[in-house]
Amino acid sequence: MKKNGVKMIKIKAKDVDVFYGKKQALYNISLDIEENQVTALIGPSGCGKSTFLRCLNRMNDVIDICSVKGEILINDFNINDKSCDVVRLREKIGMVFQKPNPFPKTLYENVSYGPTIHGMAQSKQEMDEIVETSLKKAALWEEVKDRLHEPGTGLSGGQQQRLCIARAISVRPEVILMDEPCSALDPIATAQIEELIDELKKEHTIIIVTHSMAQAARVSQNTGFFHLGQLIEHGSTDKIFKNPDNTKTQDYITGRFG
Amino acid sequence: MNKNKEQLLNKRYKAEQRFRLYGQSAIFMALLFLTIFIFKIFSTGYSAFQKTWLIVPVTFDAEIMMLEQNPSNEDLQDADYYDIALKSMANLDPNANEDQENELKRMVSYFFEKEIKNELLNEPNLIGKTKEVYLTASDDLDQVFKGNYPRDLPEDQRRVSDYQLKIFDQLVANGKVESKFNISFFTNADSREAELAGIASSFMGSIFSILVCLMIAFPVAVLAAIYLEEFAPKNKFTDFIEVNINNLAAVPSIVFGLLGLGVLLAIFQLPRSTPLVGGITLSLMTLPTIIIAARASLKAVPPSIREAALAMGASRMQTTMHHTVPLSMPGTLSGTIIGLAQALGETAPLILIGMVAFVNTIPGSPMDPAASLPVQIYIWAESAERGFVEKVSACIMVLLGFLITMNLFAQIIRHKFEKKWS
Repeated sequence: MKKNGVKMIKIKAKDVDVFYGKKQALYNISLDIEENQVTALIGPSGCGKSTFLRCLNRMNDVIDICSVKGEILINDFNINDKSCDVVRLREKIGMVFQKPNPFPKTLYENVSYGPTIHGMAQSKQEMDEIVETSLKKAALWEEVKDRLHEPGTGLSGGQQQRLCIARAISVRPEVILMDEPCSALDPIATAQIEELIDELKKEHTIIIVTHSMAQAARVSQNTGFFHLGQLIEHGSTDKIFKNPDNTKTQDYITGRFG
Repeated sequence: MNKNKEQLLNKRYKAEQRFRLYGQSAIFMALLFLTIFIFKIFSTGYSAFQKTWLIVPVTFDAEIMMLEQNPSNEDLQDADYYDIALKSMANLDPNANEDQENELKRMVSYFFEKEIKNELLNEPNLIGKTKEVYLTASDDLDQVFKGNYPRDLPEDQRRVSDYQLKIFDQLVANGKVESKFNISFFTNADSREAELAGIASSFMGSIFSILVCLMIAFPVAVLAAIYLEEFAPKNKFTDFIEVNINNLAAVPSIVFGLLGLGVLLAIFQLPRSTPLVGGITLSLMTLPTIIIAARASLKAVPPSIREAALAMGASRMQTTMHHTVPLSMPGTLSGTIIGLAQALGETAPLILIGMVAFVNTIPGSPMDPAASLPVQIYIWAESAERGFVEKVSACIMVLLGFLITMNLFAQIIRHKFEKKWS
């Protein structure tokens, strides 16, 4: 999306280093992520793309030995600053994980959990509305509207993942992080999720980590290629896939390694 | 080559068959021992639930009881029942001499005077009349009636004399001996007389001890487990704590008994022989068991659930309380029940803090002296009287029943929780 002809930068990472204990996992990552666009992060396993994704909502805090250096500016505010409150941050930055992980509660409770803890609904009616819109946006409403009070774990894999997306968007986050959201799903469910991602980018900025180059090409506008903890190249998806600057990118995309 | 492969395959199948056989025989052995054990307990113990009564005509002679006309309730309370009680027993054999009268008196429990008194208090208009009253037979005659008594021993090796046996047989022949369900086994406290001894004191003692133990051990253990698992930093110090909790679970229970004796009784001056002290001592023993179980079930909660909650912006506390702890509850509860079941069967620490004392009152609170079921078994097993043999087995049956009920309860709770969360 362009405003005054300039692409709005939502997230600006500057010289991010990540260490697991003494081992360095990310080297000097600097990456700009545009607002209301889908940015795909690709690269071979263990290259650090998931680690980078988890820096953006500070999920790496959970890992005791993990330390992050550098600046990550979201709306020009450095989230690695001491004054940043992670609870607030994660309200703004939603996340969808590799394996569908609905809470072992009802569908309704799954979606209403976020709005409940952040106090986003004043009444039962308001909450019902939030749940309904979230499920509709996640393209799940028609399938589950009659069984909202059944356990979320009873859904199929694809439905569970869409439930997790509904849960993530229920708090109206500005950014949604997706960590290989389709790797555990069949092609049909994958297609549904990809369609959904396209729809969601109207309201959210999306960053997706994926192993499937085809998926990156299909859903994203921008792509970053990671290798051995370094960001080798990033730019518009078109350019990365058709005319990459770096030979490593070229090799990876054409399937010569990875 | 092909033949070799076939042989190898056969060998592999045979190995599996052998393994199955070992497994089955192991299970068979376990079941066999269990059956023998249960059969032994039941065959010895079931008779304790029956009690033998002698039906003796009692004449409520106002003169002997030193009662005036139209006595008040208080007069009836204070009246002298011993003489009419003695007289009723002596009347069983009109030709008895003084020694024999004494023997007749010993055919019933020393409680017989009170039983006669209760009869009159229930029915005051019996004064001046004669009524057949049920009197508790002495424990030896009780055993004779149940067929557990070696009647063919020489008389000087028996506690029942030939004369007593003769009168008793006459009573049996006249239908004046009856066997009824032994209510007093459940309502009486312990007694030196086997025919009067019951488990009420030790049963209540056990319940109070377990409650005290549960109320202390459960919250402390669960909080400790949650803190260690979800909040504490992982460093050398927490490793050290973890190792020590595991060590604590392996400490022999008698050591905890000594701790209770040395600290709770000696320093804090808590009342000895009480379920309060017993419960606190047992809770020390149960703590590590529950902590280990609770930590294991917290660990078993998939990390993806924690991540999901954290990524939604839940604080660590909310993640723990809304998701992790409820999911770990079934495991924690079964760990708790296992710990409590261990505590229920524990004898050594209770003996050290004085719950082995002879208690003939039923405790009304954890502050009253009491015994506990396993200690009661120990006390009775030590007693010489033949009447206590069946009581030991009966008490074991009650203890087992208690344990089974607890486990059942745990299963029900577990089932309920799991249904809710799956």
